[in-house]
Amino acid sequence: MRVELWGTRGSLPAPGTETTRYGGNTSSVLVVGSEGEHILLDAGTGIRPLGLALPEDIARLDILVTHLHMDHLQGLGFFPPLFGHHVEVHIWGPPSTTMSLHRRLSRYLSPPLFPVRLRDMPRRPELHDARPYFRVGSIRVRADRICHPGGTVGYRLTDPNGSCLAYLPDHEPALGQRHFPAAREWTSGFDLARHADLLIHDAQYTDEEYPDHVGWGHTSVSQLAALASLAEARQLMPFHHDPSHDDEQLDAMTAVVAERAPSVTLLPGREGSRLELAPA
Amino acid sequence: MIAAPMAQHPIELILTRELASYLATPMFLVGPEGELLFYNEPAEGLLGYRFDEALEIPLNEWASTYQLFDSASGERLPIDEFPVVAALRERRPHHTSLTYQRPDGARLPIVVTSIPLIGQGGELLGAVAIFWEDRRG
Ligand SMILES: [Zn+2]
Ligand SMILES: [Zn+2]
Repeated sequence: MRVELWGTRGSLPAPGTETTRYGGNTSSVLVVGSEGEHILLDAGTGIRPLGLALPEDIARLDILVTHLHMDHLQGLGFFPPLFGHHVEVHIWGPPSTTMSLHRRLSRYLSPPLFPVRLRDMPRRPELHDARPYFRVGSIRVRADRICHPGGTVGYRLTDPNGSCLAYLPDHEPALGQRHFPAAREWTSGFDLARHADLLIHDAQYTDEEYPDHVGWGHTSVSQLAALASLAEARQLMPFHHDPSHDDEQLDAMTAVVAERAPSVTLLPGREGSRLELAPA
Repeated sequence: MIAAPMAQHPIELILTRELASYLATPMFLVGPEGELLFYNEPAEGLLGYRFDEALEIPLNEWASTYQLFDSASGERLPIDEFPVVAALRERRPHHTSLTYQRPDGARLPIVVTSIPLIGQGGELLGAVAIFWEDRRG
């Protein structure tokens, strides 16, 4: 499968001259499967340009939303395929017994926050609960709940040749743990990340910043290195960069992860990156 | 599709264990089949057994170790009536008074509240029991 990063920022877009290399758009990743499947991981602000760049002839798009925080949804209202008539759009999100995905998405996609209602979109998307296991074409998807405020899943995508992508953009596996990482069975996200050919994972905070943000739902660079090592991920891409971090700081944070997780190949989480994922 | 073997517990159980490890209230955590996953230090004190990190103990096994009696009749409590088992089966909380026999043979009255853990998607993940010594009697 091919993986393209269209937005790697967390929390809030961060455009500007200080962030040109890592980019300013929020969580948006395109995965193209070997049989032409087009899967979007999250619908941050990066899906607007992504939607414009999609080939005209695709019949179906699947958007896998990890959770309903605004930085993962904001692009939906500006996603060209929802305003065209050609593509069938499916949106998957974490299940809830209290409120349907439609109602939860409608909190944003309705006035006064947004002028157009979900049901009035020219290409009304089909909504699905992200069950623990499902398929998009030939790609097997596992959705598992992870530690982040307000019903959040991470995704693991496996293509028929066995290559595997784990995507956990918002995740605080160290929450409440006196020593991190704990044993694997008591570590949030372990199953999703285990032996991934590429792990795209929250790396919001420096080690110094984390103690002031316990419970906010994110990971420090040393925690990320520990988790990726425990899960024996092959390649790791730090993601969901804090909007206050400029390119220089992100270079330094990436270097800390590389130093702490020497067995993992580190790929900087930069908007515009593309890679072809093959099994080890 | 074949599910991958589970190496990791659901996040709800991980967070429950973390919470229990910070509480002074004895707390006991089981999985969906009633298998014993964790109890905290205050529970160790009351039960008289150390928690063994290495083992996940099936319901039948731990239910024969930790001896519970009906306070009124003095009869051994059947597994079906263990508060966590009832909470799992009926998917609702249970509250009851029982007698617990410690490994040294001493019996003490306890009060148990057990709560099923049901995920946002409606799945039954396990149950937790909070208990304490009943000093009223
Ligand atoms: Zn986020
Ligand atoms: Zn979030």
